Amino acid sequence: MSERNDPPKVSGDDGGVGGHLDELRHDPIGLMWRTRHECGDVGEFRLAQNDVVLLSGAEANEVFFRATDDELDQGAAYPFMTPVFGEGIIFDASPEKRREMLHNQSLRDKFMRGHAAVITGELDRMVAEWGAAGQIDLLDWTAELFIYTSSSCLIGARFREELNVRYAELFHDLEQGTDAIAFVDPYADIESFRRRDAARIELVDLITAIMERREAAGPPAAEDRDLVDVLMSLRDDDGSWAVSPDQVTGMFISMMFAGHHTTSSTASWAIIELLRHPEVLARVTEELDELAARSGGEITYHDLRGVPWLEATIKETLRLHPPLILLLRKAMVDVEVGGHLIRAGKLVGASPAVSNRLPEAFDHADEFRPDRYIDPNAADADNPWNWIPFGAGRHRCVGAAFAMMQLKAVFAKLLADWSFEMTQPADSYRNDHSKMVVQLQQPCEVRYRRRSAAAVGATGPPI
Amino acid sequence: MSWRIVVDRDLCQSHGVCETEAPDLFEVPKRAQVVVLDESPPDAQRAQAEAAVRYCPTHALSIFDAPLIQED
Repeated sequence: MSERNDPPKVSGDDGGVGGHLDELRHDPIGLMWRTRHECGDVGEFRLAQNDVVLLSGAEANEVFFRATDDELDQGAAYPFMTPVFGEGIIFDASPEKRREMLHNQSLRDKFMRGHAAVITGELDRMVAEWGAAGQIDLLDWTAELFIYTSSSCLIGARFREELNVRYAELFHDLEQGTDAIAFVDPYADIESFRRRDAARIELVDLITAIMERREAAGPPAAEDRDLVDVLMSLRDDDGSWAVSPDQVTGMFISMMFAGHHTTSSTASWAIIELLRHPEVLARVTEELDELAARSGGEITYHDLRGVPWLEATIKETLRLHPPLILLLRKAMVDVEVGGHLIRAGKLVGASPAVSNRLPEAFDHADEFRPDRYIDPNAADADNPWNWIPFGAGRHRCVGAAFAMMQLKAVFAKLLADWSFEMTQPADSYRNDHSKMVVQLQQPCEVRYRRRSAAAVGATGPPI
Repeated sequence: MSWRIVVDRDLCQSHGVCETEAPDLFEVPKRAQVVVLDESPPDAQRAQAEAAVRYCPTHALSIFDAPLIQED
């Protein structure tokens, strides 16, 4: 093929070592929109030695998401994750293998009922210390809550009981250790990478201590066993652990990481959007009060299907504030998309931040309008290649159903019992885009207040 | 009018929701994608099949209303 089939390049390459790296570290969404505006569905920017072909639009996204790993490989595309997960035997497993492992353990539909109860229980514990009113930082609070829920659901109740807020802080350091400088050097000597590596070492120490305590105490009753016990039961010939504490830690980080910052971000943004849109909050609250009245206060997994406005609120939050803004693959062979040749070796990207807001796919694309999912509307199902907060196709987030259930379970209880208000200007809540893991910029605080029996109305006992 | 169930194999991730919704129509083996037990089921199964399509977390299932013999 001739050179003119290569994707067009977007403006703004600094001509130096980084190319567009610095812009990606400050305004990634601006860079990606400019790529689309200047180049169309297929355009290219540069991160140091990597050319990144950014795809957008339904047609190009479909090619991206339907591609096999032999064409577009996910494993090689995220250099900033290797130091977080750690290098070890466990991670030689293919993405398929790891997904299968997760599936068989806990993400299948039949496990969801039990998870819903666990999540509600964890929320109860978090709000038990709230009193009648007070103030929380959304990022800190949701980060702690979802450390407990994900550890309990994915690894086991026994392990969860070993955790405290320190684990949430360490996870925060891991998440912040995803500076795009990793595209040049994943071990560059910068503050966020030093904190990332220190956090991982401390996690290994904590998990080593847990394993040693358990070793000394002897095996638990069969019904209490969690994944730590299962891994500890695997022994080498000399009786030592076949899976080292370092490997156990890496495995747990990889299991919990993807579902942690993403769910935390979505829960926080859902609260912010509901407070920005009181008319939607009123509908959601009314729906939840009706549900509580119908179910007698005990909300089950099955009930969580019957909350269309809450579900629409979460979907619309995910559309406007996708926790992952750039999904990446590496081209293993030459791939043709939209008349352009993507040469083997290049990185290929798709952007939920751009695709979710394409005006040709979504009316009033920048506005928070949950009614776009209320029957007969179905903005998500109607746009399978543009509504992509969970990605799509072969690598679509395997935790999506769990995440939706988890967020619904949390809000069904939280909004039924508590009211919230902003403590800072509505437009001051924004994301920090300086890392590849996008998180709310702090401060991001709200006030909470226990809803009075009168306000709850339908759920209160008759007087 | 007959109808049939179609699976998009690029999308199915074996969550098993369809199996819960319509156990007579779907089976999801432990290490494989969904098996459609009856691709042209009787109308009595229609509501269950529609629930499976609707709640499939990856939108991998669809129902096609089609005569058995396609017209030109």
